[in-house]
Amino acid sequence: MFGWEYPPHNSGGLGVACQGLARALVDKGVDLTFVLPKKADFGAENFKMIFASLPNIKVYAVNSFLMPYMTEETYKVIRKKQKSRVYANDLFSEVERYGLAAAKIARKIRGDVIHAHDWLSFGAGLAAQKTIKSPLVSHVHATEVDRTAGHPNELIYKKEYEGTNGADKVIAVSQFTKNTLIQNYGLSDSKIDVVYNGIDATCYQLDASIPAGLKAYKKKGYKIVLFVGRITIMKGPDYFINAANIVLKHHPKTLFVVAGSGDMEGRLMEQASEFGISDKVIFTGFLRGRELSEVFEAADLFVMPSVSEPFGLTPLESLLHDTPVLISKQSGVSEVLHHALKTDFWDVEDMADKILSVITYPSMRRELAKNGHHEAMLASWEAAAEKCIRIYSQL
Amino acid sequence: MSSICFYFQVHQPRRIKKFRYSDIGKKIDYFDDEGINAQTLNKVSSKAYLPTNALMLELLHRHPELKVAYSFSGVVLEQFEKYAPRVLESFVALIDTGRVEILSETYYHSLSFLGSKQEFDEQVALHKKKVESIFGQTPKVFRNTELIYNNDLAIHLERLGYKGVLAEGADHVLGWRSPAFLYTPPGGKIRLLLKNYRLSDDIAFRFSEKSWNDYPLTAEKFANWVNQINGGGEIVNLFMDYETFGEHQWEDSGIFKFMDKLPEEILKHPDNDFVTPSEAIERYTPKGSLDVPNYISWADTERDLSAWLSNAMQRDAMNKLYSLRDDVLSANDEDLIQAWRNLTTSDHFYYMCTKWFADGDVHKYFNPYDSPYDAFRYFMNVLSDINLKLKK
Repeated sequence: MFGWEYPPHNSGGLGVACQGLARALVDKGVDLTFVLPKKADFGAENFKMIFASLPNIKVYAVNSFLMPYMTEETYKVIRKKQKSRVYANDLFSEVERYGLAAAKIARKIRGDVIHAHDWLSFGAGLAAQKTIKSPLVSHVHATEVDRTAGHPNELIYKKEYEGTNGADKVIAVSQFTKNTLIQNYGLSDSKIDVVYNGIDATCYQLDASIPAGLKAYKKKGYKIVLFVGRITIMKGPDYFINAANIVLKHHPKTLFVVAGSGDMEGRLMEQASEFGISDKVIFTGFLRGRELSEVFEAADLFVMPSVSEPFGLTPLESLLHDTPVLISKQSGVSEVLHHALKTDFWDVEDMADKILSVITYPSMRRELAKNGHHEAMLASWEAAAEKCIRIYSQL
Repeated sequence: MSSICFYFQVHQPRRIKKFRYSDIGKKIDYFDDEGINAQTLNKVSSKAYLPTNALMLELLHRHPELKVAYSFSGVVLEQFEKYAPRVLESFVALIDTGRVEILSETYYHSLSFLGSKQEFDEQVALHKKKVESIFGQTPKVFRNTELIYNNDLAIHLERLGYKGVLAEGADHVLGWRSPAFLYTPPGGKIRLLLKNYRLSDDIAFRFSEKSWNDYPLTAEKFANWVNQINGGGEIVNLFMDYETFGEHQWEDSGIFKFMDKLPEEILKHPDNDFVTPSEAIERYTPKGSLDVPNYISWADTERDLSAWLSNAMQRDAMNKLYSLRDDVLSANDEDLIQAWRNLTTSDHFYYMCTKWFADGDVHKYFNPYDSPYDAFRYFMNVLSDINLKLKK
């Protein structure tokens, strides 16, 4: 199994998903070797980890080429410049080197199945497939089309295209992602199987207390609405601020917390000032671990307004903390969550209306939290692993 | 002797429109009458009510022995008057045969017996008036919303002068006893007619179920099952939603052909006949008292109140609704009173049910909203609007 990042050295959901799936596969008796590009200090796992020992690999955000204050208009201008400069030179060469190393590793390990996660590892997966002639399963957690809200970087798109079309089987994390792959990557319906991500409840600190600052607001009767995620175009944070502006007209005692960082952070702060709601929008920066658990605990509602979300782990994380969720219909996780409020990301009136309902009617909040928590607990990696094993056996 | 007692329920709620939080205080109508309500009524009328009424009228002419009972909510009668007068005429034609009994219920098909006994009494009186004015018949036997029943209801109805009341023949209250006899409540004389849920649900739920052992169900087969009760019981109470014919079971399932043959097949056995609930009460003697301290109903597999009152939202909505009653009634605004009373309709609470929501079951099929949460918040937004009007 080829991955790129792994907890605790991860920047996002990919590492968490790889860990959850790898552990569950091993529990089901799969003899698994997990390959990562660079050696780092990881906790003990009951499977073998191999490192390609590439120098200079860093943990990075996939769309790190996007600049602060990016808007859709300026984006196109920058992309044109990017093409001539060849975007993120070092990252691409790292991916190439990973592929070369993967061929050598494959010769030693000789797996019956090669399983690669996302475009950064697809090169490695293809190289291993070519070397040892074992079938390749390309697992798509996100696509460049999602990440850039429909304006893919051509080089990344190409890697994804090769990685999925060259694979013997493609796994998509949702029907939503499967549709993207069929529409944008020329894959056939029968080549793609959907395997939903799970969540491992033992990875979270569910006993976290509410931070003092937010507690003080709550005492004054404020309701807290939370956004967690990279502050990028894909995650729809601007729709969140638009909805906040509407909500505050009806319910001024509402605090909107934005937990995360990203290229749109400055633009978002500007937007809040333009609306005159800066005092009701708090930017916490990137949070993880206990700090993240604390804001989940404090929140009355979690909102995921993503423009395009292949799966979306954060709503499940929120529900583990008994905080109900309002999620974009343009997300994979909405296929597994029934006890969630759902909205189209662009319909900020509807989004605001649903936020208002939750903060106004406590019994609805309770019911959403209780049933949603139950549903999140059912989203197990065990089920995902079983499905992967079925796929392996059919290759 | 086996007497078959048919009772059909006719009801359509006035569904609430997608009433946003920002709509509160804007003097917007609460009910989507011209939209989903009229559309549903028209659809069900052409698929179910009109063809079934035509068949029933023909059957009543063909078989002088045939008798049936109906119960109409006041809410559906109002909607027929407004959007489907032809349907109402076809019901009047059935009642004019003199072999159709109309039952009593709450005007708004409500859970008012649980919310406010005074409100219950008023809604029962309103319903009586409506039935008398349309059909010229005064109901003598009561059926509560969704056959919700317990001992208290029976005693309450006895005081209101009713001779009989319908209830679910639920196993957990009957025990070893049979639903094929009349019973009385502890300490009362009012007669209990209990639904034979196996035979009723064979028609209402299982008829088109291809995985069912007895599929396809023929009139002959069904009449045979009825005959088996002969000697072991006196009445076979077949209680079901009238929408069974054409809406829950579509025409292509053969439900109309089945019904067309059923009276004939049943009458082939010389000991069988048909009765209305009132006739059953006059003819047969109760076989003892049946103790039902806790509420039962005909809904879901639980046959309790959980379809309407099992989660925090449903209980909250119910409490908030009835807590406004005194203020609404004393506001002397007829439109407001009617709007509030339309909110008491049980369907609104049914739509808020989260039981099995994730499994996409029957609740979802009947739900005009995307989720039980939407059903709740539109309801509460309307209630907030009423509250705002009261404060003004």
